Amino acid sequence: MTRGSRERLVLWAAYAAVLVVAPIVFSKGFALTLLCQMGIVMIFALSYNMLLGQTGLLSFGHAVYYGLGALFTIHALNLGHGKLPVTLMPLVGGISGLFFGIILGYVTTRRAGTTFAMISLGVGEMVAACSLMFPGFFGGEAGVSGNRSTGSHLFGLTFGPQIQMYYLVAAWLLLCTVAMHALSRTPLGRMANAVRDNPERAQFVGYDPQRVRFMMVALSGFFAGVAGGLAALNYEIVTAESLSARTSGLVLLATYLGGMGFFFGPLIGAIVVTLMQTLLAMVTKAWPFYFGAVFLATVLFVPGGLASVAMLHKRLWDTGQVRRAGVVYAAMALPVGLALCAVIALVEMAYHASGDVEGPLRILGRELDANSWGPWIGVLLVLAAASLACRWTWRRVAPRWHEVAQALAAGGAR
Amino acid sequence: MQLFATSLLNGVTYGLLLFMLSAGLTLIFSMMGVLNFAHASFYMLGAYFGYVVSTRIGFYPALVVAPLLVGAIGALVERYGLRRAHASGHVPELLFTFGLAFVIEEAVRLVWGSLPVPYKVPASLDGPLFTLYSATFPTYKAFMMGVSVAMLVALYAGLTRTRAGLVIRAALSRPDMVEALGHNVPKVFMLVFGGGAALAGLAGVIGGNAFVTEPAMAEALGPIVFVVVVVGGLGSLAGAFVASLFIGIVQTFAVAIDYSIVGRISVSQVAPVLPYLIMVAILIVRPRGLLGTRES
Repeated sequence: MTRGSRERLVLWAAYAAVLVVAPIVFSKGFALTLLCQMGIVMIFALSYNMLLGQTGLLSFGHAVYYGLGALFTIHALNLGHGKLPVTLMPLVGGISGLFFGIILGYVTTRRAGTTFAMISLGVGEMVAACSLMFPGFFGGEAGVSGNRSTGSHLFGLTFGPQIQMYYLVAAWLLLCTVAMHALSRTPLGRMANAVRDNPERAQFVGYDPQRVRFMMVALSGFFAGVAGGLAALNYEIVTAESLSARTSGLVLLATYLGGMGFFFGPLIGAIVVTLMQTLLAMVTKAWPFYFGAVFLATVLFVPGGLASVAMLHKRLWDTGQVRRAGVVYAAMALPVGLALCAVIALVEMAYHASGDVEGPLRILGRELDANSWGPWIGVLLVLAAASLACRWTWRRVAPRWHEVAQALAAGGAR
Repeated sequence: MQLFATSLLNGVTYGLLLFMLSAGLTLIFSMMGVLNFAHASFYMLGAYFGYVVSTRIGFYPALVVAPLLVGAIGALVERYGLRRAHASGHVPELLFTFGLAFVIEEAVRLVWGSLPVPYKVPASLDGPLFTLYSATFPTYKAFMMGVSVAMLVALYAGLTRTRAGLVIRAALSRPDMVEALGHNVPKVFMLVFGGGAALAGLAGVIGGNAFVTEPAMAEALGPIVFVVVVVGGLGSLAGAFVASLFIGIVQTFAVAIDYSIVGRISVSQVAPVLPYLIMVAILIVRPRGLLGTRES
């Protein structure tokens, strides 16, 4: 066994261990729901990265497979009455996702690049608009609800308690992660990378890029369907929202935020997005704004996503640069933190001034009145001072940072 | 006959409004190769700015001020955002505009709240213009038509008859050559992006009060404009025009006709799906769009 493969085995074992231990550490009822949600978004984001990261297909309608998978699962749950064990129910979602992946993928994968992005958007909107036409199947305004504990109880599992649901999600998550990772190492997965990087050369080698794209869309439809099926079981209700453009956008944001260049990137993205969606939403109602702003900042400044940041620090650690980088971070922490606080204060004040929220606004323990000029001018002054401080500090520490970057580049060349 | 005439007029009005958006979108696309997801957000900003300016100063100044503001924002977005994202590739560029649309919608929600704002048609343009087969045609619709046609003519004249238009058209097809001749191509890009945004903003000022001014308006119109651009052919201004009118008329008629095709599904129920069906059909039969020349 080579060193690399042993390392990989350890990583997978650690991943499985984390999945098993997570609900024991975070055992509160709310944390458990959060973990279930995270697991589902993880599968969904991984399936999306099969397109975006591995095949280079930017899809704006991936929620179609997720939503249809969820709908078919909940209908199967309602019609089946225990004929199919609940444990295998996500498979229903997966197969319906695969089915629609084949049908819709045939239309969408005729093109790559921007045209594919637009066709996927159009197809996504079309399916979402269909929910108005067939309220019977799509559930109309109220959605379709079901009961996961009515199915046959394999091994005495009723799936009544949330903890059983969590282990179901975790098991499917582990299964899907292994399957998707294995898929990325098959000839098909490798050809998908080739099609992403240079479709013409892939064609010269004798592969039809359109076919490769089609197969990847169909297969990622399967995994998205599994995620949808799990969502149907977890929430016990499916609404038209689950196949809307918003859901498609969310999985895109999660995947890109996490980092599409690494297999594990979407996992990080899914965790961050779920946390923002729930925890940040409890703190402020302006959370979608912060969410969008974080995404924009990622696109502009860290195109590789959070995974690339993590990998950078791993290399800093490996090459022994941590202390030098730490000095730069420590110097920048105060001015950047202050600037961020000022921006947050501005956003919150704008939100309060629009009159959608009740009660006084508190930032860093100080009460701010958003309807008078004083606080606005004060915060703007703080922001200006903090930005100036940022520039000033950066000018001081930039040489050190360049040293680190140079050392890293040298380490990479070795 | 009455239904036909009013639907046709409404459809043409809506189609012209769509064209004001799709013209900017397709110009930006053919120039930078990037589909601007935030284009409909500029339309929304135009509507909100139009609302603010028209309540403070008046509607007619708003017609000028609001599009200029939106255009300035668009130019800033190109200069400090898009250009940076462009450096890291095509997908980040597209995603940047996607994220921008998200942020603009939330910003609008933060500033003006989630409910529609009372942006009304000005009193001088309120009321019927003429009566056709016992159905009245509102003055404001005629005004909208007039503004969009005037805009169309100005755009056409500007692109084909002026020196600036010549440089823009040259920069579309041969940016390197234009740069070699001493023109500042990045600046041209910035101006075109700002101009496209301003056009969308103008559409927002005149469309916002005819329809509803709310934070969801960008998300509702955005995909339709995309459909128009794809159906017309990416990068083709004439194609965008034909497709705008076509989609506008088809959608208006589909909503108006109360006739059921299969079982319980009526035409008006199919209306929201129609543009997308047309788009998918076009992409299968003629992938480059009605009047498009490029393949992808």
